[in-house]
Amino acid sequence: MQLEKLRHGTELLKRGFAKMQKGGVIMDVTSPEEAVIAEKAGAVAVMALHAVPADIRRAGGVARMADPKVIEDIIDAVTIPVMAKARIGHFVEAQILEAIGVDMIDESEVLTPADEAYHIDKTKFTVPFVCGARDLGEAMRRINEGAAMIRTKGEAGTGDVKEAVRHMRQITGVIRELKGKSREELALAARKIEAPAELVAETAELQRLPVVNFAAGGIATPADAALMMQLGADGVFVGSGIFKAENPAIMAAAIVEAVNNYDNPHVLAGISKGLGGAMRGIDIRTLAQQEVLQTRGW
Amino acid sequence: MRIGVIAIQGDVEEHIASFRKALGERRERGQVIRIDRKGVIPSCDAVVIPGGESTTIGRLLEREGIADEIRGSRDVPIFATCAGLVLLAKHGDEQVMRTGQPLLGLMDITVNRNAFGRQRESFEAELSLSFLDRPYNAVFIRAPAITEAGSRVEVLGTYDNLIVAARQGKMLALAFHPELTDDTRIHHYFLDII
Repeated sequence: MQLEKLRHGTELLKRGFAKMQKGGVIMDVTSPEEAVIAEKAGAVAVMALHAVPADIRRAGGVARMADPKVIEDIIDAVTIPVMAKARIGHFVEAQILEAIGVDMIDESEVLTPADEAYHIDKTKFTVPFVCGARDLGEAMRRINEGAAMIRTKGEAGTGDVKEAVRHMRQITGVIRELKGKSREELALAARKIEAPAELVAETAELQRLPVVNFAAGGIATPADAALMMQLGADGVFVGSGIFKAENPAIMAAAIVEAVNNYDNPHVLAGISKGLGGAMRGIDIRTLAQQEVLQTRGW
Repeated sequence: MRIGVIAIQGDVEEHIASFRKALGERRERGQVIRIDRKGVIPSCDAVVIPGGESTTIGRLLEREGIADEIRGSRDVPIFATCAGLVLLAKHGDEQVMRTGQPLLGLMDITVNRNAFGRQRESFEAELSLSFLDRPYNAVFIRAPAITEAGSRVEVLGTYDNLIVAARQGKMLALAFHPELTDDTRIHHYFLDII
């Protein structure tokens, strides 16, 4: 073997992995059986969890990394990539997830944060990370820490898409505002959003995030998924929206097809017919302050 | 010259950008377009099947009716990377068969879907290819490999004793991602084939 020339865990490999997910749907699953349903429906990857966000929300208490045994069983059940969540700042949970062969780690606000000051230093890992963001500054800080993929935080486990919409519009809108700015204006803009100037300049030039940007948090129907795609998402995460639906296999396949045909209303109409009930959901305005997940992390 | 990139899922934009770059370098006129529905393939001089998840791309290619169009246009040159290589194959390993993943079955090869392991094992390496005079920095991401090749298949490159680049007629199959680097030498080799 040409071992001496072999390189693992480079930025190109991490960001490249995320690029292969583009135009796809990543689904939350809690068992090998659910993972197989997701794969058959056309998911590009699954997110292995001990409970979907809607149940995590209901259970309360401290939400932690899933049991590695459950994650391993899911890894064995499917051929598509398997992701899993670690608590914000909990680099040991991340080390464990890397050790069992998880393909991407989600440093997630859905779990209870483990550190009030620091996110994980993601450059120290071989596997890539995805992180949530509510605005461009947060996205830039996560990328600067080594995140290879960004997703909106939305408000997980609610089935209410409005927060994901808000976060996606915030990020794409601010990127548009950066267009045509001079170097010193970009430096000032970077300072205002507490983001590294180099990354902000690169983003202004590209007119998009320098990494793949997915939508997440509250997506419950094919129309929700298509909405996020039309707003500029590279793909979507669906959490509780699938396995809290009346018919998960049908809803999963329909959301995959909706992401593929997101700009074709006639196809979307066909896809949206007769799916059975979507997840019941919670209106975000009825949540108490301490029940809001998106304010975790910074 | 019209090159169509299958735009179902995966790194479509990267393929479009690298073919545009290669055409520019040759000062050749050409269009690089997205194939996201039935009816576009017949107007293309070449088809690109991108990297992504082969189970997803394969299923949607069938559902959208694009798969049969590709099968039907027998001599169209095809440039396939990673997931694209899996889809070109006639036979898959046990993993591929278990998922019931539809293959295009155009190339006399058997593939191992994740021959090099999981993302942790993904790698970059200097690869020798038979048609290039200098090594190529190849990016392997949860990459497949060709485990068996028929007599009509020309092996263009191997890594760790596994076939990672091969050609059959005007079809070029690569286990790695030339669209993720700036080096367009493989694109030029393909454009010469067309």
